[in-house]
Amino acid sequence: MSRSEALVDAEWVEAHAGDPGVVLVEVDEDTSAYDKGHIPSAIKIDWKKDLQDPVRRDFVDRIGFEKLLSARGISNDDTVVLYGGNNNWFAAYAYWYFRLYGHHNVKLLDGGRKRWELDSRELTSDVPDHPATTYQAAEQDATLRAKRDEVLDAIGKRNLIDVRSPDEFTGRLLAPAHLPQEQAQRAGHIPTARNVPWSKAANEDGTFRSDDELRALYAGEGLDFGKDTIAYCRIGERSAHTWFVLHELLEQPNVKNYDGSWTEYGSLVGVPIELGDAR
Amino acid sequence: MTEPNQAPGGCGAPAGGVPAAAATRAGDQAVVEGRVLHGDAPVSTGYARLLGTGDEFVAEVPLGEDGGFRFFAAPGTWKLRVLAPGGGRADRDVSAEYGTVTKVEVTV
Repeated sequence: MSRSEALVDAEWVEAHAGDPGVVLVEVDEDTSAYDKGHIPSAIKIDWKKDLQDPVRRDFVDRIGFEKLLSARGISNDDTVVLYGGNNNWFAAYAYWYFRLYGHHNVKLLDGGRKRWELDSRELTSDVPDHPATTYQAAEQDATLRAKRDEVLDAIGKRNLIDVRSPDEFTGRLLAPAHLPQEQAQRAGHIPTARNVPWSKAANEDGTFRSDDELRALYAGEGLDFGKDTIAYCRIGERSAHTWFVLHELLEQPNVKNYDGSWTEYGSLVGVPIELGDAR
Repeated sequence: MTEPNQAPGGCGAPAGGVPAAAATRAGDQAVVEGRVLHGDAPVSTGYARLLGTGDEFVAEVPLGEDGGFRFFAAPGTWKLRVLAPGGGRADRDVSAEYGTVTKVEVTV
């Protein structure tokens, strides 16, 4: 992937949203946002109801993903354009999720819903009706997803990027500042992790910074581009944003998202934790 | 991500900001909340951002139907920045402390 393949802008969406083979999908942290108004022709995927197993903490399995996309009228050869609120956090998460199940023709709307709204572009309450398809997903691509044992083994060996806010990284907060402070049993970060908040990769309007700015950002924060990388946050959506930057925009190989993230790691018994600034 | 104790919005924003009229109890949290107005009318499309030292991003929420927003911050002094369509923008300095709801009204 590259920036030109992975990102589209609002003008592209306005020109192509209704084209055959192009499916626009809103995935929002606020799962009611779509119902209040969305980009014309967009359908909705609910990151909680649609993408999570209803019992276990895990994704829906391959069969579940096939059922979801088939029911939403998405075909294997469709170009899927994802967007959402909060600087595309959950749209980036869905992008990573689509890639995980083998859908390669997927793009993000740069700036997502925020840029679209700030530009006062059209929103509608009309819900499109796409006929059902027979979608076939691949098995999960294990090269994109890190699990806890791999993360523990990566301490001191690979790049670990904690993309939460500095207050969460140092242990002053357990959750982002717009949510009640709960969740993990312990605060802090994984030893040897560098703190590069996701927000540093985005402009104020939610668009991604330029490739040169992004390379300078991560190099300046001590990322060794010669090593494999694991990104994490609290539940894996902010780190999906950073995974998108490193793997898709900067075309770094061997970048994984640890979606268990701090809500898992910070509750594990006996694992090492650091407090304070990065060492 | 579907544990019963999961916050309603996960890592994301609470649904549509918050109704500013809703009574908030700070409990042991440091709460900053308020609403955004244009004249006397609420600004229902826009974003409130909480920024730290050097304008470092801390958090962001979309405004609610009544222009409301709410943050659960760490104690300290923050900059509140509001972004609205048409280039609307305003900054306010705010303080947060545990057990207190700090109220802010912003006009753009």
